[in-house]
Amino acid sequence: MGLELEIIHVFRSYNGNPILRDCSFAFAGGRTYVLQGPNGSGKSTLFRTLALLEKSDSGRVEYRDGGRILAADLALRRRITLVLPRTGIFNTTVFKNVAYGLKIRGVSRAEIEARVNDALLAVGLGHKKWQRASELSSGETKRLGIARAMVINPEVFMLDEPTANIDSANTAIIEDIILKMRQDRQAIILMITHDPAQAQRLGDDLLLMQDGKIIPA
Amino acid sequence: MQSIIEGFAAAFRLIVTLNPELWRIILLSLEVSGTALMLATVLGLPVGAFLALRRAPLRGLVISLLNTGMGLPPVAAGLFLYLFLSRSGPLGFIGLLYTPTAMIVAQCILAFPIVASLSHAAIANVDPVIRQAAITLGATPIQESLAVVREARYSILAGVMAGLGRVMAEVGAIIIVGGNIAGYTRVMTTTIALETDKGNFELAIALGIILLTISFSITVALRFFQRLGQGGTSGN
Ligand SMILES: Nc1ncnc2c1ncn2[C@@H]1O[C@H](COP(=O)(O)OP(=O)(O)O)[C@@H](O)[C@H]1O
Ligand SMILES: [Mg+2]
Repeated sequence: MGLELEIIHVFRSYNGNPILRDCSFAFAGGRTYVLQGPNGSGKSTLFRTLALLEKSDSGRVEYRDGGRILAADLALRRRITLVLPRTGIFNTTVFKNVAYGLKIRGVSRAEIEARVNDALLAVGLGHKKWQRASELSSGETKRLGIARAMVINPEVFMLDEPTANIDSANTAIIEDIILKMRQDRQAIILMITHDPAQAQRLGDDLLLMQDGKIIPA
Repeated sequence: MQSIIEGFAAAFRLIVTLNPELWRIILLSLEVSGTALMLATVLGLPVGAFLALRRAPLRGLVISLLNTGMGLPPVAAGLFLYLFLSRSGPLGFIGLLYTPTAMIVAQCILAFPIVASLSHAAIANVDPVIRQAAITLGATPIQESLAVVREARYSILAGVMAGLGRVMAEVGAIIIVGGNIAGYTRVMTTTIALETDKGNFELAIALGIILLTISFSITVALRFFQRLGQGGTSGN
């Protein structure tokens, strides 16, 4: 059934400003959740906490596999990923960016080559493989960020505003990528958007960030 | 005027005929400065990286010291090293004074703060989102640090080039600890200084032309690496 994810009574504040306030929610395996909410409501903070990039002040983030609770270690971190809103593309070629996650896992060269090619084709960047990533447009950069995360076959796939600040053509491509991911994978997909129509198109479950909590939209 | 033209003509003859003494001096310069720079990089890059990546105690103080060291006058470095290496000095027994090794040590002392300080700045300037991206892709703490250092690689190379520029051009330190012994410790800058003093211009001019060419190449390389480093984006 794959990974399950639950956030339990999480509190998080920055400089005394409470952002997440007793936030609890259970994410079921294989579903796609789309989170909406005003700027500054804590969506990105929630995602960073779920991705184990940041610790909460109290409460916990629980990953379970077949009912068994997993330790928040490297092995678990390597089964999940978050595509950051500012993608954090490395200053190297498109290919090496996508290969990174596989390389640090010690995947063989031949397999890296094949998997990177697949991921680049999936996001429509096959022809830009040897280009420097810094030469890509902002829409292509977003797609590269998704390919780089996709290639490691994450079981929980989080995307923080994957279509913010890009044109409609690129938005359509990215929506297609996410729809395809939904069909193909057992993964839990979580994404943030400000576009209600997009949320309808992509999500199984629509959520809202309000008063530091996740509520059904 | 006549003597200047003659000097240049003789200098060009030395260069195009591959005059053996000229080449020995050039090669020793490159060997001394190259080795010094390599050592300074092997020592300075880890120091710079450590300062940029870890909250070490006395970090601010060490960074200030390194920044001060960047402006260390070569003659002063040469003088102190001389005092250490001279027969009556604490390290006199090794017998390093007036050897190429002493010159390498002197230039390493000059290049180390530059490489360490500029590596630190280069790595500290990497957008924090790079480190986060590495973590989200499954990096171990070491892989995460390596990703940040790799992101800074062109700026680090620019810093190494700045170090090379400094040691290739300096004369104060190596003339004191090297002694400008013909056929043994004579390098480009010391030869220029002494031959000019003797009114022996042709060799000095030939070396001056070569030295300028090398300095120019270093500057071009530095610019090139700086530009590549700026190519880095963190996504839009
Ligand atoms: N690292 C941080 N340090 C201080 N304040 C932060 C930090 N990250 C987020 N915040 C604050 O927390 C609030 C929620 O931010 P965020 O989670 O990014 O909201 P959203 O993604 O919903 O727009 C904002 O007011 C923001 O300024
Ligand atoms: Mg946000």
